[in-house]
Amino acid sequence: MDDDGRRLRRPRTPRWGAWLGWGAAVALPLGFLALFFAWPVVSLVLQGFFTETAAGRVLDLSGFAEVLSQERTWRIVGQTLAQALTGTVLSVLLGLPGAYVLYRCRFPGRTLVRGLVTVPFVLPSVVVGVAFRALFAPGGPLGWAGLEESFAGIVLALVFFNYAVVVRTVGGMWERLDPRAEQAARALGATPWRAFRTVTLPALGPAIASAAAVVFLFCATAFGVVLVLGGLRYGTIETEIWTRTTQFLDLRSAAVLSVLQLVVVAGALLVSSRARTRRERALHLTSDRVSSHRLRLRAGADLAPALVTLVVVAGLLVLPMAGLVARSLRAPDGSWGLDNYVALGTTGGRNALSVTVWEALGNSLRTAAWAALIAVVVGGLVALVVSRRPRRAGLRRAVGVLDAAFMLPLGVSAVTVGFGFLITLDRPLGLDVDLRTSGALVPIAQAVVAIPLVVRTMLPVLRAIDPRLREAAASLGAAPGRVLRTVDGPLGARSLGLAIGFAFAVSLGEFGATSFLARPDTATLPVVIYRLIGRPGAENYGMALAASVVLAVLTATVMMMAERLRGDRPGGEF
Amino acid sequence: MEQAREAAGLAVRDAVVRYGATRRRPGSVAVDRVSLDVAAGEIVALLGPSGCGKSSLLRAVAGLEPLAGGSVAFDGEDLAGVPVHRRGFGLLFQDGQLFPHRDVGRNVAYGLETQGTSRAERAARVAELLADVGLAGYERRSVATLSGGEKQRVALARALAPRPRLLLLDEPLSALDRRLRERLAVDVRDTLKAAGTTAVFVTHDHDEAFTVADRVAVMDAGRLLQVDAPDVLLRAPANARVTEFLGLASGVLTAGAPRRGPRVHDEDGVGTAAS
Amino acid sequence: MTRRTTRAVTRIAAGAAVVALLPVLAACGGADPADDAATASTTITLVTHDSFAVSEDVLAAFEAESGLTVEQVAPGDAGTLVNQLVLTKDAPLGDVVYGVDNTFASRAVEAGVFEAYQPEDLDPQVAAYAPDDLAGTLTPIDVGDVCLNLDDGWFDENGVTPPATLEDLTKPEYRDLTVVTNPAMSSPGLAFLLATIGAFGTDGWQAYWTDLRDNGVKVAESWEDAYYVDFSGAGEGGQRPIALSYATSPAFTVSEDGATSTTSAMLGTCFRQVEYAGVLAGTDNADGAKQLVDFLTTQEFQADVPAQMYMYPADPDVELPADWQKFAPLADEPFEVAPSDVAAHRDEWIEQWTTTVVG
Repeated sequence: MDDDGRRLRRPRTPRWGAWLGWGAAVALPLGFLALFFAWPVVSLVLQGFFTETAAGRVLDLSGFAEVLSQERTWRIVGQTLAQALTGTVLSVLLGLPGAYVLYRCRFPGRTLVRGLVTVPFVLPSVVVGVAFRALFAPGGPLGWAGLEESFAGIVLALVFFNYAVVVRTVGGMWERLDPRAEQAARALGATPWRAFRTVTLPALGPAIASAAAVVFLFCATAFGVVLVLGGLRYGTIETEIWTRTTQFLDLRSAAVLSVLQLVVVAGALLVSSRARTRRERALHLTSDRVSSHRLRLRAGADLAPALVTLVVVAGLLVLPMAGLVARSLRAPDGSWGLDNYVALGTTGGRNALSVTVWEALGNSLRTAAWAALIAVVVGGLVALVVSRRPRRAGLRRAVGVLDAAFMLPLGVSAVTVGFGFLITLDRPLGLDVDLRTSGALVPIAQAVVAIPLVVRTMLPVLRAIDPRLREAAASLGAAPGRVLRTVDGPLGARSLGLAIGFAFAVSLGEFGATSFLARPDTATLPVVIYRLIGRPGAENYGMALAASVVLAVLTATVMMMAERLRGDRPGGEF
Repeated sequence: MEQAREAAGLAVRDAVVRYGATRRRPGSVAVDRVSLDVAAGEIVALLGPSGCGKSSLLRAVAGLEPLAGGSVAFDGEDLAGVPVHRRGFGLLFQDGQLFPHRDVGRNVAYGLETQGTSRAERAARVAELLADVGLAGYERRSVATLSGGEKQRVALARALAPRPRLLLLDEPLSALDRRLRERLAVDVRDTLKAAGTTAVFVTHDHDEAFTVADRVAVMDAGRLLQVDAPDVLLRAPANARVTEFLGLASGVLTAGAPRRGPRVHDEDGVGTAAS
Repeated sequence: MTRRTTRAVTRIAAGAAVVALLPVLAACGGADPADDAATASTTITLVTHDSFAVSEDVLAAFEAESGLTVEQVAPGDAGTLVNQLVLTKDAPLGDVVYGVDNTFASRAVEAGVFEAYQPEDLDPQVAAYAPDDLAGTLTPIDVGDVCLNLDDGWFDENGVTPPATLEDLTKPEYRDLTVVTNPAMSSPGLAFLLATIGAFGTDGWQAYWTDLRDNGVKVAESWEDAYYVDFSGAGEGGQRPIALSYATSPAFTVSEDGATSTTSAMLGTCFRQVEYAGVLAGTDNADGAKQLVDFLTTQEFQADVPAQMYMYPADPDVELPADWQKFAPLADEPFEVAPSDVAAHRDEWIEQWTTTVVG
């Protein structure tokens, strides 16, 4: 056979083109992270390490000796670690059965429950704090349990927030796991438990490590909920940094604490990445089908996970939320009704707000749409780059570092980022645009926090693409660009819906950094909720709760829509 | 040597493939100075036990593994630095690696889409290839609904669609049951011969190798032991290791005679015996 | 093909770059104050805390008259505002700041955040709210009292005489009835700490807090927490009838018919907060900035203060709404601590407080 119809092929100079493309794919996210995260944070921390003297700015590291020699510092570090570790372990232990029931089993109302469990994740922490305290306080429904100002109370609230992270991250992987491996183990005489422990659990390892890392970072940097529920006795590095920075402007101590926080976070990331790489292999996912079965309660196998999930969802998630909903339906005069919801069209009792809650909702949606877009583009590129395993060991390490770098925003105090913005972004890159006071920084700040979640959501799916699929495509004449577009693209797109959902939800609920950037005319929903609850009067309180319920419903809806974007239709085209 | 280089077809010279090599460690050698020629239109089987380096050699030819030494050339042109997608070699994996997000037709059409053929031409070629592999009319089927044998047939059609100048098959039948494997081995040879495709076929099954290939290259521990036509190989194994691997009692031909008997035309009109 | 690769991958990257920059570009097209040199001179940026509010028509009238456009920026609550101003001294966030209060103001003045300016015809009574180093630099705009609030109904029902003074709170009959907030975390908490320092002196307040602690005072981390969860007067199931809040808070608990309030302020326990406006050093439009400060002292704006911000106008001549006079009067003799003393000792006092109360 001749070369009919085949184009002339000749060797070309090595693949500088591909290098350029990957270079750009790395440079854009890195540039984004550097400008909107690293630069502000490093600037603020450095400000704490330099003192103005007659001779000019002098490096002064005496803060380390001072802060590190205080007994209080170590108590706080200990409390931070204890809370974060316990919160993480409990979230994972309770989240695994949840992931199984909600992603591996089918039952009526499953979509609704999946949406419901995500809601706490975005509720403003001040509302959650107040809702939980109302449960725990003497006279509250759980007042007898003595949870007020207790370690257990804080941990429960942390699990409340982070349950969804575990359920979704692990569940997403679980439902695509080839069930035959476990079936094979069963056929070899393994009990269901042994099959789970020896086959399924190791396969889920990367997803669990991923989820645990995210949860740990969230727990280690939890602020509002620790403050409200922990009272005076329980402080964390995060609350301490907040106090030192916003109240005392003691940047010297804050800088040392920030470094401590970074050490804790880096340690956690290291452990997690070790756990992941040890387990990582090309997972055998059922190529495109979701494998789930009808919930089998009578057979017994599903009974235990179903019970655990029921208790967690009903007791830990629904109970506080139901309290919120019930209270939001009580009118200022004490009767039941929708008065609080009707009032959302106003600016609150005694003009507590400068925009109505509905206007704030519009702001939130607009901002979150931008934030989700930025997060998915930047995070998608990061996930793509990190999903590759370059042949050279040096490059592989670099990819690992890139992966960790984009997790850091979850582990660094929002106040450090927010104050960092203030001192750096007056003329970013020498441009004559004061980003600090322009509305543009809000979605950017939210995207910085959402990117790690986008990466963690998309990465397992991209990594699970059999490399030989790409090789097959290349052997069919597809250039790397086309392989990306026709293989990674459509397969990775399955995680896109969830990534968008997460990013959207995170930015809907983000308050920390946003609160330092908010403009009164573009206040977002969490910001107005904060303001409403900061005013006396049953009307404002009721509105704050009604607005929280609106935020919750919105989030659940977004997450349910995101699920539909996942392309679960078996086989066919996207 | 010089002549071989000028000849049409594949010329592998002193190829070395290493794994896990870093600046400090040389890594393990998977392919150790192997030289092999495949003439245009010829089918060569790479036969050897698991881990003997045959797949690594195949991947190096495809451009998926870098060569630590030696060269790979095609039609006299050195392929160093030519990326996979520019070599014009087709590749077929053990488990097909069909694109799960594309239907059968669009899987087969994948390699044609970059070639600037018109939609109609593409459809015609896809139909023709599917017919060639015995799956006429399967275009709209989802790949998830195919049986193992059907998947491999689709993968073969997909690999052949862009008319590769060399087809590399990496244990394409190993995942299938024995009867299907025997039948498909015959079909594969027929299809390749009908298209005049030059091919390298990696397998650990000598029956399969003898059925499909014009010549068989026996590999062990990264080295090439012998390259010969099946009957020569069976008659005169080069050494004890070859004998052992072919399952021959020394010097006595016991099994695995070439099964290339007279062949019936199948309904697609392909599959005429080549010899 | 190599070129194709480049194109495909760079196209993705370029697309991403554009997308990432879009909001920035969009903002440039919008009403950003810094982007357009032509409008820079007529746009005034007002940095406030998140409680600032003004009626649209009042502001519009000022804008029409002065030819200025007022942009608002609210980078945080009152507590963090001063620190933000100090940090951004070299690249100020705006031209004018409103909302710095007398517990933080000295620190900002010391740091050189302000350009000295006070309206010329400022009422002496108003000017008196800016003593010491604040004089001539900051302009008092509004005042408010931080006081303990009482759930009057609870005292009626339980037949307990309501407390009247700070000393009363340490008596056994008021054991476990009081909730205040942490001065390290909340600005009313700090104000109340200052009230006790004003009342008992720099050498007596720690003993008072020891007594208060021994009498079961609860310290919440934030105002919302103390008021909505612990205070029985908020009607949310709280258990304590004495809570730290504002003198204005009883106006929010007025009954349906407007005749009575279910809560009242203990006017003998108050600390007076004064909120100031000032011109930020480094403004490129000092004239406009001064006009805006002047505007904040006008009758029009001052009259707008009670309804919009729920503070008392600094101008004593402005008439208060009727229900304010009834339910939310200011204390006659609030406790005071000089702003310069606050600036000098604040951190130290908070630390001592933490040692005393938290241990």
